Amino acid sequence: MVEWFKRSQKSIAGDEKRNIPDGVWTKCPSCAEILTVMSLEKHVWVCAKCDYHFRIPATSYIRLIIDEGSFDEFDINLVSGDPLNFKDSKKYPERIAAARKKTGRNDAVITGLGSIDGLHVSFSVMDFNFIGGSMGSVVGEKIARAIERSLDRGIPLVIVSCSGGARMMEGILSLMQMAKTSALLALLNKKRIPYISVLTNPTTAGVMASYASLGDIIIAEPKALLGFAGPRVIAQTIGGELPPGFQSSEFFMEHGFLDAIVSRPELKESIARLLRYMLPTESDRQFPL
Amino acid sequence: MDDKYYLEFEKPIIEIDKKIQQMKDLALSGDTELESEIRNLEKKRNRLQSDVYSRLSRWQRVQLARHPMRPYSFDLVPLVFDDFMELHGDRYFADDKAMVGGFATLDGHPVVFVGQQKGRDVKQRQYRNFGMSHPEGYRKALRLFKLAEKFNRPIIIFVDTPGAYPGIGAEERGQAEAIARNILEMSVIEVPIIVTIIGEGASGGALGIGIGDVVMMLENSWYSVISPEGCSAILWKQVDDPKQAEANRIQAAEALKPIPDDLMRLGIIDEIVPEPAGGAHRDYAAAAAILKNILLEKLNILSQKDKQTLLADRLRKYRTLGVVKEL
Ligand SMILES: [Zn+2]
Repeated sequence: MVEWFKRSQKSIAGDEKRNIPDGVWTKCPSCAEILTVMSLEKHVWVCAKCDYHFRIPATSYIRLIIDEGSFDEFDINLVSGDPLNFKDSKKYPERIAAARKKTGRNDAVITGLGSIDGLHVSFSVMDFNFIGGSMGSVVGEKIARAIERSLDRGIPLVIVSCSGGARMMEGILSLMQMAKTSALLALLNKKRIPYISVLTNPTTAGVMASYASLGDIIIAEPKALLGFAGPRVIAQTIGGELPPGFQSSEFFMEHGFLDAIVSRPELKESIARLLRYMLPTESDRQFPL
Repeated sequence: MDDKYYLEFEKPIIEIDKKIQQMKDLALSGDTELESEIRNLEKKRNRLQSDVYSRLSRWQRVQLARHPMRPYSFDLVPLVFDDFMELHGDRYFADDKAMVGGFATLDGHPVVFVGQQKGRDVKQRQYRNFGMSHPEGYRKALRLFKLAEKFNRPIIIFVDTPGAYPGIGAEERGQAEAIARNILEMSVIEVPIIVTIIGEGASGGALGIGIGDVVMMLENSWYSVISPEGCSAILWKQVDDPKQAEANRIQAAEALKPIPDDLMRLGIIDEIVPEPAGGAHRDYAAAAAILKNILLEKLNILSQKDKQTLLADRLRKYRTLGVVKEL
């Protein structure tokens, strides 16, 4: 475990370098405030003025949420096949190779075991930089194994989603990953193991229509794009403009599909609190149901 | 039937059909010369048909699945089941007209039927929202699945949708949640489920009622993560030249591998349900008879499994889908 952890530490540094805007100053895309990179880093890339959440690398969520030094990554060497022999302008294996080179990872999700404020969890976080965080066989399989680690160990499941949906290049097989992951979540329900789904910008389509929507608790970062269909497809279908704020976290909260909108700096504490409300306690023994 | 109801590759066959019919109308009984000519023409027609259909591209199969005369759920239901009583509503918001279902009897066995329903003419198409369900459709389906479970009735499902509806109301009422919930619940529903893709199986809209112990496809149906048009639009954006756009759709259909043979090869489906020569739209009764026989055969096999085995087998099937390698 130690060996690969060193490696993943190195790639964390690599990721961040690529995601930091050039220069010491950067402009908030939401409110146009000029911010220093240093102050942004201190605020986990949240605009101090308007609460805009810059996208951060998947690995940053591990550092943000998981207790320092407690994360063990699993299934690091799982890679995609090319079951459809898919080819558009590029062959699918070439796209995979390019994404691997760009991210230093083998696919669009990091999964493992760790602790959150001392509570052992099975933790997964999706990586949008890898083909838009799309879910193919590898993402489905790694999420499935993450759920199984929860089942086997009787520990809570936490998944941070960030995905445009199913991966087109694996066709029907990527659709079936929705079935694979959701079926295992049904078993988690039966064993009364808590699952917290954390939605970040964006979480849509196949991921939203499977495990991301199936948490006992569902929380989202502010102003994330959430939904089943993409806004462009909806605008095209209805032949008109979309109302302001449509498909944002706030919209989903308003319509009853989120338990809370949680700012990034508060994520860890919120998740830990929620888990403690759901996990067995001393009083369960005193007042058994 | 008007020519506009036929696909381009059907037309030469239909031409001969018309000629045969004309000759039959003319033929007086005992006109042996004309009768032998008719027989020759019929042979020619059948040869042409099997030749055309054996070489259909994936895109042409998709077109057959969307054929204007394709049998929809409610065309097949009276032919497949002894009787049917429709039930309505999701008990939360509305009665989705694109998702239909109710009690039915399959060769004497009580079952619950759920399916997607398209409309034939302009008015009906709008009424059925083109077979595109809102969240209340998926919740209505789930209500019927639970009803089936409660009264120990097998579930027979016909999938036929160009997709779950992408609209404002659909998002407001949680299209993603409704589909996700169905997938989860269907994985553990304690009665046998047989799913048949009878026409179009588009993505999450299909999967939202698509989890089963047996999943089958009619010979001329398609099932994929996205439609060839959707795939083409993502890969090549908007193309103005109609010839190029068509070429892109053809290429997208080839790339997606959405036809029954593909899904059989990938281990996603259990059975391809043959259609009468020329496609199910040429003979609803024959198509329904073939489907009914296979449904009965599958139901018979599933009924012999105890609940634990049924659920364990279902879970194992979905757990193993996907192609990954360990480096
Ligand atoms: Zn700002």
